[in-house]
Amino acid sequence: MAEFFEFKNVSKRFGSIQAVDGVSLEIKRGEFFALLGPSGCGKTTMLRVAAGFETPDSGRVFLDGRDITDLSPNRRRVNTIFQSYALFPHLTVRDNIGFGLQIAKKPKAEIGREVEAMLSLIRLEDQADKKPDLLSGGQRQRVAVARALINKPDVLLLDEPLAALDLKLRQRMLIELDLIHDQVGITFLYVTHDQGEAMSLSDRIAVMNAGRIEQIGPPAEIYEAPRTSFVAAFIGDTNFLEGVVADHPEPEYSRLRIDGLPDVMVYNDKQIADGNKVFLSVRPEKIQISRDRPESKTKRNAVPAVVEDVIYLGPTTKYWVRAGNHRLQILRQHARFFLDEKPIRWKDDVWVFWHGDDGFMLERFRRDDEKLVAAPPQKVGDE
Amino acid sequence: MKRSRFPYIVTGAVLVFFYLPILILVVDSFNASRFGGAWRGFSFKWYVRLFHEPAIWTAARNTLFIALFVTFVSLILGTTSALALHRFAKTRLQRFHYTLIYTPLVVPEILMGISLLMAFVAAGVRLGMLTIVLAHVTFCISYVALVVLGRLQDFDFTIIEAARDLGASSWMATRRVLIPMLAPGLAAAGLIAFTLSVDDFVITFFVAGPGATTLPIRVYSMIKHGATPLINALSTLLLALTFTTVFVSQRLSKSVALEGGQ
Repeated sequence: MAEFFEFKNVSKRFGSIQAVDGVSLEIKRGEFFALLGPSGCGKTTMLRVAAGFETPDSGRVFLDGRDITDLSPNRRRVNTIFQSYALFPHLTVRDNIGFGLQIAKKPKAEIGREVEAMLSLIRLEDQADKKPDLLSGGQRQRVAVARALINKPDVLLLDEPLAALDLKLRQRMLIELDLIHDQVGITFLYVTHDQGEAMSLSDRIAVMNAGRIEQIGPPAEIYEAPRTSFVAAFIGDTNFLEGVVADHPEPEYSRLRIDGLPDVMVYNDKQIADGNKVFLSVRPEKIQISRDRPESKTKRNAVPAVVEDVIYLGPTTKYWVRAGNHRLQILRQHARFFLDEKPIRWKDDVWVFWHGDDGFMLERFRRDDEKLVAAPPQKVGDE
Repeated sequence: MKRSRFPYIVTGAVLVFFYLPILILVVDSFNASRFGGAWRGFSFKWYVRLFHEPAIWTAARNTLFIALFVTFVSLILGTTSALALHRFAKTRLQRFHYTLIYTPLVVPEILMGISLLMAFVAAGVRLGMLTIVLAHVTFCISYVALVVLGRLQDFDFTIIEAARDLGASSWMATRRVLIPMLAPGLAAAGLIAFTLSVDDFVITFFVAGPGATTLPIRVYSMIKHGATPLINALSTLLLALTFTTVFVSQRLSKSVALEGGQ
């Protein structure tokens, strides 16, 4: 299938800041695509380039095979939902929604019909003659959605549309946005720094950092198989381990020599040769913890450790353990009844273990990204 | 503790000092007496006389015509100036622009009057209505620009982007969104420009030519020929006009402030 919405090598610089640095993206027709990244990563600039508010310094943007890079915002079949909603305060809800059609000089009867249809889609028929000031945050958001969708754009751009809402409302609007996407079948480009929103809504996610794309893929792939230390650390939480490939006991599995730990088996999808340094990401919830030594298996990595901290989080409990000179975080359900039904406590000697497939070799590792990972609690004046 | 009466006394004295002469003038304009002072009964006769004075009518027409024209021109120039000042606030050019806009507010009027007169003479422009309009526009722009700039500070320009995004051309976005949203501010600025133009004496005095007399200048020349009660009546009318515009302009500013506060 031909790509529908495409960025080719787009760069944009503001003064001394390279906001977007040679980004290429291909979005399919009807896809719900998320740009995910921390603030300042360039995702909003990408959206503004897509909308036509910024012209890239280099690179092109294509929509349905047509180069739209130099088209002004009003000539693009692209509409935006702004973070602040940017509703027209001097117009009623009805006139806000009908604005695009009025500008396009559509017949009055048609505008009326379309606006009514939109009002019923967002279930605000009874608020139609109010000014936006009198609406709640969620209602304003829905008006912004309707105002954009009424123009039947090829692509709907959403700039952190839920950021201004409180948690419960955000969860409701998430479902609502998903339903609307299913209903209208328009391509959505969703910009957010919230991994939860990106994970639950999107077909695919592009993780951005410092103006570049770190990884593109479906949510599960991004989470389960992060390719860079940034993706591993920014989405969810993780443990980083640094080691050297010792040998390949099986063609697809490498044995890693990690300073201060027993050798560790890891799935070697990158085919890294013996003697090379690699970095491993192991998600906290993939690691088991037990007071007894687990049964030894070829692809099971078992490491003796000492519990340094136990943090009860409600649905889960986080354990910080020290294994050799490494500190690992482990996330488990059932703090109290686990295997031997005796709760694991501070200073207990334990075994932590994980399957070789659950440790993931990173293509790129940056020391800075370690700061994104949860840090163990600092002990004051202990030992 | 007993509160000091002093602030009340000072406030009262200031109010009396400012407004008592005006009040006397207004009351006297209804005095039937020829020479003021003693009250000889209530009368509209000076107003009636005023309406039969052709020179006054000409001056009033000139004043109104000039003020309307000045308001129109300075609204356009002042608003575009404010937009530039706001949009490119950080650039060196606009900081210079801001200084230029601010200058007429602090330069003594007499200096502006003389320099404008010299400029017109040097350029060979015949003094008349045109020179008065030009002179008034030079200082009215500043007031309009500063009032509109104040409104723009808390204007969310994402709204203009939203209009563009929804298909509006840049002109359409200005006409359908920017101007309606700025309307109260523009009206307030326009009324200020109008009032300033109607009331200005010093600058007008320098740049007015023969046949282009405005009301303030008329009043001045009538005083030179002796203070007739006609001046009281004329001043009262001018006063009423000024107060009305100031009042309306304040009401508009207030409604803007209230909307902004929501």
